[in-house]
Amino acid sequence: MKHTISIQVYNHSGVLARVAGLFSRRGYNIESIAVGVTEDPDISRMTIVVEGDEHIVEQITKNVHKLIDVLKVSDISQEDTVDRELALIKVAADTSNRSDILQIVDIFRAHIVDVSEKSVVVEIVGDEQKLEAIIQLLRPYGIKELTRTGKISMVRGSKPQSIPSRRIASA
Amino acid sequence: MAIRLNKDDERRKIKRMTGAQAFVQALIDTDVDTVFGYPGGAVLSIYDALYDAPIRHILVRHEQGAAHAADGYARATGRPGVCLATSGPGATNLVTGIATAYMDSIPMVAFTGNVAQGLLGTDAFQEADITGITLPVTKHNYLVRSAKDLPKVIREAFHIASTGRPGPVLVDLPKDISIAQVDYEYPETVDLPGYKPTYKGHIRQILEAAYAISAAEKPLLYVGGGAVASGAHELLAQLAEKTNIPVTTTLMGLGAFPGTHRLFLGMLGMHGTVAANWAVCECDLLIAVGARFDDRVTGKLDQFAPNAKVIHIDIDPAEIGKNVPVDIPIVGDVAAVLEVLLEKVSPKSANAWLTQVEQWKQEYPLAYDKPETGELMPQEAIETLYKKTAGKAVVAGDVWQHQMWIAQYYKFDNPRHHLSSGGLGTMGYGFPAAIGAAVAKPDAEVWAVCGDGSFQMNAQELSTAATYDIPVKIMIINNSYLGMVRQWQELFFRQRYSNSHLMPNPDFVKLAEAHGVPGVTVKNRAQLEEAVHTAQNTSGPYLIDVHVVPEANVFPMVPAGGALSDMVGIRGRLES
Ligand SMILES: Cc1ncc(C[n+]2csc(CCOP(=O)(O)OP(=O)(O)O)c2C)c(N)n1
Ligand SMILES: [Mg+2]
Repeated sequence: MKHTISIQVYNHSGVLARVAGLFSRRGYNIESIAVGVTEDPDISRMTIVVEGDEHIVEQITKNVHKLIDVLKVSDISQEDTVDRELALIKVAADTSNRSDILQIVDIFRAHIVDVSEKSVVVEIVGDEQKLEAIIQLLRPYGIKELTRTGKISMVRGSKPQSIPSRRIASA
Repeated sequence: MAIRLNKDDERRKIKRMTGAQAFVQALIDTDVDTVFGYPGGAVLSIYDALYDAPIRHILVRHEQGAAHAADGYARATGRPGVCLATSGPGATNLVTGIATAYMDSIPMVAFTGNVAQGLLGTDAFQEADITGITLPVTKHNYLVRSAKDLPKVIREAFHIASTGRPGPVLVDLPKDISIAQVDYEYPETVDLPGYKPTYKGHIRQILEAAYAISAAEKPLLYVGGGAVASGAHELLAQLAEKTNIPVTTTLMGLGAFPGTHRLFLGMLGMHGTVAANWAVCECDLLIAVGARFDDRVTGKLDQFAPNAKVIHIDIDPAEIGKNVPVDIPIVGDVAAVLEVLLEKVSPKSANAWLTQVEQWKQEYPLAYDKPETGELMPQEAIETLYKKTAGKAVVAGDVWQHQMWIAQYYKFDNPRHHLSSGGLGTMGYGFPAAIGAAVAKPDAEVWAVCGDGSFQMNAQELSTAATYDIPVKIMIINNSYLGMVRQWQELFFRQRYSNSHLMPNPDFVKLAEAHGVPGVTVKNRAQLEEAVHTAQNTSGPYLIDVHVVPEANVFPMVPAGGALSDMVGIRGRLES
């Protein structure tokens, strides 16, 4: 199962390596990781997406929680969240097919952020399914480059994301 | 030169000093009395500040020795041990000792020098990214970026190392930090919002545990190093006695419950006793106390305690449910939890279960044959030591056969008397750890019982023992083999003894004498008894090279990956 783990950390050097190390030591590959500062400039939030066994991910999460620089950890996979990711996609495009590509971009409410003779760069924001869908549709034209930010997530409504999920709190 | 502040009167006063002096002052303010270390270019200023400081510095002969000595100091006292090394190779030489402490949750603070901050990351001379290297084997580590942070970092490092689930913390000190000028102020408190260990157990869980104990017909206490770490030995004994529950411990738990107690079944696991392992197989309630279900303990996991409900008491939430499913988890300090549990649990009288395990204990004691030639069996050497020291010595072991024989035949009645590398299984641990223990507890009788292979991994510390006249008594269980390797080759590799024979071993007595340590070689029981007597009556270090039967094996044994019920080498009382 795919897990989305939200972690609040102190912005200390090495904290990313500490967190990542706890995944890699169990042979787990982090699928995506997005890090940025929060409303408090001393604190960053990481959103980690990792595929793996429920039990092992839970144990890793508990170990992450033990890190001195980690304030809060929650596995928000089961929560009602807003998920977003941004991708930049450079697609081979010339005069013959540029309008077809534009059409796809419009349907997805994506944007063209760069145009050259032989390619366009598409910027798209959305959840994973949306990104996967546009990538599938653009692939036949020839994707020359693709880069993604990794997912960021926020639990919906008034419940702040910083409350650790019950599973971790009760352990 | 160190600036001396009278700790209590002037603790809060700000003084201007160098980073190196601040380092030393912060150690003093943290009540550090001993540092095990080895100097080098990156720590010259620190060594200069130590020169006339009121801190004892023990110069080891290899940094690994410093780390193990700090570890031995910590295990013997419960207080964090301190080691210090220079940058690069000095720092990397500490790593095995740090990892050893990490695996066994031993409080330690390791200080390393590093190149000046401007050179970090440039492959400068004797640079090593020691915070990177030790990331997975420390509880936490610091790279100090500003001299003014030193007191705070040092205070935090000791706090982290010695609270919660203890462990080693490394502090890396770039060279420019120690020469910078700094206004010294020791922080009054530690403020770590991301670090809040849970001490008190959840009362509802404890009540559930008390109920499960009342309901159980065949309960068993399975006790690990956490009981030693939290100082819970007395509470544990009271709990076992009140409820008449038999007790087994792990290697790390030896001494947490009296080895001579009527309720003690001996160690469990790969080389556990029949009574302990069978009790695990048969129990209907397993109460794990500060233990972590290590694979050397459980054997085949899905057949471990197959009929039992499991209560797991541990301060580390990440240990709960890691290897086995737990019915009643209790996160908290073992002593804090046992205190409440002891009060809540109803007394139980001895029952058929206790009779059963006692019968196993009687029928299948640990046993070995003594050869008619009069040659010494290694087990006999340990039994002799046990007798001659009245079971009161602090005994540090190295790794393997002899380590298991110590665990089996030296019945530790008290915690912090058995020092052994359980998790990492570090050969070469025993002797320097014994040095650390002897430095920490000058009045204790401290023995290093070493393998002939293991001893050679840190034999250089003979110089340290001689230099400071540290009263460590060394007993080498000399079987002229890497005994563990030989035993496995005999049993599982068709007696193909590949690279496990140590002949010719050095003459250990001459080796000791060359370092200024007296010693004697012994080959039979009478000689051994006399030698132990001599050692006990020698004020400084002493070495006994005990030649034992080379092919003795450790039994009983659960072959790797087997279930605890699959023990081989069981001997009944009737056969022996
Ligand atoms: C540093 C290190 N290297 C290798 C090993 C693997 N190993 C475990 S026990 C052992 C042999 C130990 O021989 P010795 O010290 O003579 O003890 P004995 O088993 O003979 O009592 C070896 C090589 C280890 N545990 N530690
Ligand atoms: Mg040997």
